[in-house]
Amino acid sequence: MATTVVMEALSPTMEEGRLVEWKKQPGDAVAVGDVLAEVETDKAVMELVARAAGTLLQHAVPAGTTVPVGQTLAHIGAAGEVVEAGSQPAGSQAPVSQAAAGAANGRDKAPTPAAPAATATAPTPAPAAGGRLKASPLARRIAADRGLDLQAVTGTGPEGRIVLRDVETAGGPQASGSRQQAAAQQAAGGRQPDAPRPLVASGAAFTDVPLTQIRKTISKRLAQSIGPIPTFYLTAEADMTRAAEAREGLNALGEGKVSFNDIVIKATALALKQHPACNAWWQEDRIRYWADVHVAMAVAVEDGLITPIIRHADRKTLREIGAEAKDLALRARERKLKPEEYTGGTFSVSNLGMFDIDEFTAIINPPEAGILAVGRIADQAVAHEGQLAIRKRLRLTMSCDHRIIDGATGAQFLRTLVRMLENPLALVW
Amino acid sequence: MAVITYRDALNQAIREEMRLDPSVFLMGEEVGVYQGAYKVSRGLLDEFGPMRVVDTPITELGFAGVGVGAAMVGLKPIVEFMTWNFALLAIDQVVNTAAKMRYMSGGQISVPAVFRGPGGSALQLAAQHSQAFESWYAHIPGLKVVMPATPADAKGLLKSAIRDADPVVFIEGEMLYNTKGEVPEGEYLTPIGKADVKREGGDVTLICHSKTVSVALKAAEQLAAEGIEAEVVDLRTIRPLDHDTVLASVSKTHRAVVVEEGWSFAGVGAQVVDVIQREIFDELDSPVLRVTGADVPMPYNKHLEKASKADPPKVIAAVKRVMYLES
Repeated sequence: MATTVVMEALSPTMEEGRLVEWKKQPGDAVAVGDVLAEVETDKAVMELVARAAGTLLQHAVPAGTTVPVGQTLAHIGAAGEVVEAGSQPAGSQAPVSQAAAGAANGRDKAPTPAAPAATATAPTPAPAAGGRLKASPLARRIAADRGLDLQAVTGTGPEGRIVLRDVETAGGPQASGSRQQAAAQQAAGGRQPDAPRPLVASGAAFTDVPLTQIRKTISKRLAQSIGPIPTFYLTAEADMTRAAEAREGLNALGEGKVSFNDIVIKATALALKQHPACNAWWQEDRIRYWADVHVAMAVAVEDGLITPIIRHADRKTLREIGAEAKDLALRARERKLKPEEYTGGTFSVSNLGMFDIDEFTAIINPPEAGILAVGRIADQAVAHEGQLAIRKRLRLTMSCDHRIIDGATGAQFLRTLVRMLENPLALVW
Repeated sequence: MAVITYRDALNQAIREEMRLDPSVFLMGEEVGVYQGAYKVSRGLLDEFGPMRVVDTPITELGFAGVGVGAAMVGLKPIVEFMTWNFALLAIDQVVNTAAKMRYMSGGQISVPAVFRGPGGSALQLAAQHSQAFESWYAHIPGLKVVMPATPADAKGLLKSAIRDADPVVFIEGEMLYNTKGEVPEGEYLTPIGKADVKREGGDVTLICHSKTVSVALKAAEQLAAEGIEAEVVDLRTIRPLDHDTVLASVSKTHRAVVVEEGWSFAGVGAQVVDVIQREIFDELDSPVLRVTGADVPMPYNKHLEKASKADPPKVIAAVKRVMYLES
């Protein structure tokens, strides 16, 4: 029985892919993991690898064809095997990876033999965003009744399934009573706490905070007014004279170049660390505040742009950021980035200074809360310490998702950022 | 209350109903002179005579047909099969005639017959004589399928079956005939279509019938020693299935294991699971598991036979899985 090779989703957002080149021809022997073809996704050129061993029987589509995810591309089977027309899945069929099929088989077998005790002894946390959350029907119902967020509950059942005991532990008396408590508080004239109550203990990768009523109203009203992402803009000007001097000094060391963009990325990351309210994702019914700072950097590529990520930019030195940014930008232009290299940013920076743009507004990359648009650094006549002086000035415009960031919140972040840029020693503080 | 055997409870039921209603009669292989292969009809020939306790030839299809015909003209036959394994020969009369007659005659003709005898396995009777066929009969619209597990239920349900206006498949257990239990004094009926909670518990529901009731009760006892309280629901009637009792119990415990003697495929437990997941999906904390006979012809070898049957260790293992205590 031949195994069908389908167009796989090689990036999180991929819906179709162009088969650039076949690397295996009909009749070629194929081992699991062999590269069958190169596929151009919406983001990069990726390798499609074999999930089964055997002989490549035929190509279902020629090179150069663009096909939707899930469509049959080829068959792998025994040499000389004839593939029946009926064995080809319809074009619309979802791709079934071998891994998934294996798991399904395993589940079928599960009832009789005792599986290894690992699942029982080592509870698996509930899969984070992206993976389907598994919970027993009862656990779901109780969580819904209590207003408990299942995303924040760790499942101890098989494959991380959230079961009754998990919601009981997670909710406890606090969760079951929370509605009544809140109601009682209001009835007594008590203030409804606006302060976010994190459902996840510190140490987690992020903190999900359910929307308070005021945030719900803000998000609804503002979205009605301006569009799905109610954006506002804050502009500030930074004096980059000292930063320019510092950069010159660093580059004079001859140990790699530091660009202004690297400095802005580092300063942005440090400022985000100080203002975590801006380091967040919009998640429809909650706001996800990330613990770590991963700055996405917009890079222009041929007919488009992509945002590779400088992970933990707040913890990296300028030299590290410089080297990494250079490498990412280069590979982005060659379309060689892996999906994990351009997904998962917590805030974006877009720089058009090299094109002599004074200032501009950038469009938020959802679900991030904000993006910083960086203009050019230009000599300007400004009042400096009571005198007219020629200084190197930089205009920064921050686009803010008003559902997450309010004017004052964004302004405070921007003020910190400007102060850091104006006093570059702060970057190593 | 008197403590009597399951076989004597059945004997009492037949005797009482034959005394009450002259149209009730018993027929089958060896029911008269030999007083029944399992002595259920002991003393009946003496009391009621050969016109009402009829020894038949070894012709299941033939005498089952005679029983159906008698029922169609107004008698109330109790047709005894020496076992339900032999009754395969008579299934045409039960399924094609008895079950269909009321429907096909537009309600003019009913078949108030009881087909009874032991079903399932005993000990080392091998592949052809160790089969549980309740799911076959329960599949058929027009049949009621009754399977008592205790002497009290056996008596009360057989009396209800004999009085029923429609055909009842009454499946006993060869290994149950000698079991003893308290049976209420005097006249009583146990309603068809009502399950019975044989043991109360809050942690998990064990749904069982006939011989697996004792399996479930033993498992529940051992589980109690580990602090797990299992509720044991004895279906008693397979068709019509008592949804209310099953659903009430599983709604309380949120976890269930269905135990049956027969094979897994399209078995009674499959129907129970269907009802549970459909009606109370949101009450479930885990998938409902089933403990059934192994999917093989029953081995003659003693050890293989034992390994093929639903037993307390298998039930306990399933309980621990639905409670997420073991994988």
